Amino acid sequence: MSNQVQIPELDGTSLARYFWHQLTSMRTALILLLLLGVAAIPGSLFPQRTQNPMQVSDYFKNSPQQAEWLDRFWLFDVYGSPWFSAVYILLFISLIGCVLPRTIEHFKNARALPPATPKNLSRMEHFQEWSANGSELEIASAWFKKNRFRVLESDGSISAEKGFARETGNLFFHLALILVLVGISFSSLFGMRGEAILNVGERFVNNVTSYDSLTYGKLYRDSNLPDFMLTADNFVAKYNVLTGAPEDYTLDVSLLRGGESQVEKKTMKVNSPLTIGDTRIYLQANGYSPVVTVVDSQLNVAFQGPVPFLPQDSQLGSIGAIKAPDAEPSVGFVGSFLPTYERDGANGGISVYPEALNPRLLLAAWVGDLGLDSGTPQSVYRIDTSKMQQVGLKALKPGESFAYPGGVITFEGYVQWVNISFVTDPGKKFALLGAIVAIIGLLASLFTRRRRIWIRVGEKVEVAGLAKNAAPGLEEEITGFIQRLKGDK
Amino acid sequence: MSRSWAVISNYSIYSATAVFALSFIVHAIETAWAVKVPAAGKSSLDYTRNSRAARIATALMILGFLLLFVGVVARGISASRAPWGNMYEFSITGALAFSGAYLAALRKYDLRWLGLLVSVSVLLTLGTAITVLYVPSAPLVPALKSEWLVIHVSTAIISGGVFLLSNVIATAYLVLDRIESKGERNEWAKRLPSLEVLDQLSYRLVAFVFPLWTFSVVSGAIWAESAWGRYWGWDPKETWAFITWVAYAAYLHARVTIGWRGRRAAWLCLFAGSTFLFNYVYINIWGTGKHTYSGL
Repeated sequence: MSNQVQIPELDGTSLARYFWHQLTSMRTALILLLLLGVAAIPGSLFPQRTQNPMQVSDYFKNSPQQAEWLDRFWLFDVYGSPWFSAVYILLFISLIGCVLPRTIEHFKNARALPPATPKNLSRMEHFQEWSANGSELEIASAWFKKNRFRVLESDGSISAEKGFARETGNLFFHLALILVLVGISFSSLFGMRGEAILNVGERFVNNVTSYDSLTYGKLYRDSNLPDFMLTADNFVAKYNVLTGAPEDYTLDVSLLRGGESQVEKKTMKVNSPLTIGDTRIYLQANGYSPVVTVVDSQLNVAFQGPVPFLPQDSQLGSIGAIKAPDAEPSVGFVGSFLPTYERDGANGGISVYPEALNPRLLLAAWVGDLGLDSGTPQSVYRIDTSKMQQVGLKALKPGESFAYPGGVITFEGYVQWVNISFVTDPGKKFALLGAIVAIIGLLASLFTRRRRIWIRVGEKVEVAGLAKNAAPGLEEEITGFIQRLKGDK
Repeated sequence: MSRSWAVISNYSIYSATAVFALSFIVHAIETAWAVKVPAAGKSSLDYTRNSRAARIATALMILGFLLLFVGVVARGISASRAPWGNMYEFSITGALAFSGAYLAALRKYDLRWLGLLVSVSVLLTLGTAITVLYVPSAPLVPALKSEWLVIHVSTAIISGGVFLLSNVIATAYLVLDRIESKGERNEWAKRLPSLEVLDQLSYRLVAFVFPLWTFSVVSGAIWAESAWGRYWGWDPKETWAFITWVAYAAYLHARVTIGWRGRRAAWLCLFAGSTFLFNYVYINIWGTGKHTYSGL
């Protein structure tokens, strides 16, 4: 035996063929499959930009050097990273290379008859023989027909085969996975996803500028945005009195579709989004917007209106920033809104219930350059106070005012805000169809047993069988068959 | 009314835990009797005592299963919803599914030798549920209010129970394989099924439940589409469900297509099962993501 490995000649086609064979081999597919599982792990260990952009920027703030290195390996964008894509694209190429030839072969075989009865049946599994009485072939033929075997009859013998659905199901399963992937790619090319925070009472007009964030696929055009207008009429949040856990959110909206004059009244809940054509609209999060008025030293109203604050805990204690860059002097307020205020020795004030039973607005006033003209994007919930000076602190009840050096801010009251997602996902029906076909195919392939049974009748009756993949149950089946032949049953 | 159902549920769960503890003790006694060496002058052991003990242990297991069933149903009635809203409820239902899978498999295979492992796992699960994970019965948070809760969570729990059973059998395979590689089986191990039977059984459980797991992941995706606006978002729980799916898919391919058997297949099976457990324990309690319903 030589230990030498056969190295193919290094001309182009045979090299390509060699790699193609390697790639489509089952061993490679298996390694790629396991690799795909392993490659998915880091995405659950590090914060991901697509899910948690805030946590990612915190990571950069807390350990910038480490974050930079992690970022070099796309560890904050694992599922869009080149190496993750490489694994699944290779896997799918390997899958296609494996499944397509098998589909063609299976299609040919589907019309072929089972192979002829082997000469020496005694070498097969579950072999039995006994003396014939003559009618066995007819009984066998009827039995095979009743049990829906495909049969080949030839002088004195029948070769029968069953379980073609196994391979059919198997192939459908794998082809359906390709369909799922096609659906996903279709969505990422033609899909759209946007978010907007809407104070209750406000109106959302569906155009690009209305969104707080908007991402869309390479082939999505702004003009594809469906034409509609949505007004948040009323929002009700119900909470458990004992735990403060949310029990129900209901948002009533007025919807005006493009080209129509009739306003439709709709109700949105967490599990029942609104559907407009290919776009679905989801109620995602909610919180409070304190309504404030800032009057500056020149007695001009420098700011007026609701400011969405970001919830920090389950009792909706929220933080936010009120910015009045045009005030004289220019001023910003770092604030917390506590819907049900209670004094807490350690933390000052906390919220003890998510409903606004005893609302309080805690403010720190900062005067100076807000840095809004510098061009670097800023969070609307935070203030860059590096070029500012703190000039006062105050806790306000609704209706109260705070005169800081340079002006007066009045806490007029509050409204609730809702965060709404707008999603266009044209590929999801393909993905769903793929998933359904995959499950059906899987069931067919895992629960069908492929097997052959032969009978030859001469002076003696010979019966034997063969189960592919050592599938169980053939012995019982043959026993039943033989009982029928012998007339025991 | 709902209060009294909650109390009934708690008492049933406590009683079930006690009964599983008894079953565990009887299984332990049975195993202890089996492990001893034959008396001088005899070549093999007399197993009549053992089979009586095994019968009692199994009867206790059935009783525990029934009590647990009552506990889970009463918990559901007390909150007027499917009892799958937090980790305490996942755990008691998981224990129900796991003991149910064992008892169902027992009808076809003599697995009573596994009873010790099964009863101790159920006992640990219920013990942790009662002491660490307990939260009072309460209505669901808005995102969980969907008919998909019943479909998605029940299939996930059943799949988990069967995966766990398959893992226990794969472990038994590896232990016995180690013993056999050193020579003949010990006296107590002779009563256990052959390596081939364990190998096949562990595979068949996976093959049986893999489509259900697939369905569970898909139903979760359908639900996520209506609750969160996307059917797949690489949330940590989704990611690990995917990893489990891929690992079991690899296991099935390794067996069916490449023909792995025995030791290698058992290790792969254990690896796949451990991704499920990791998902259940780690991601539920310490994970971030959207699936944080443990109530802790």
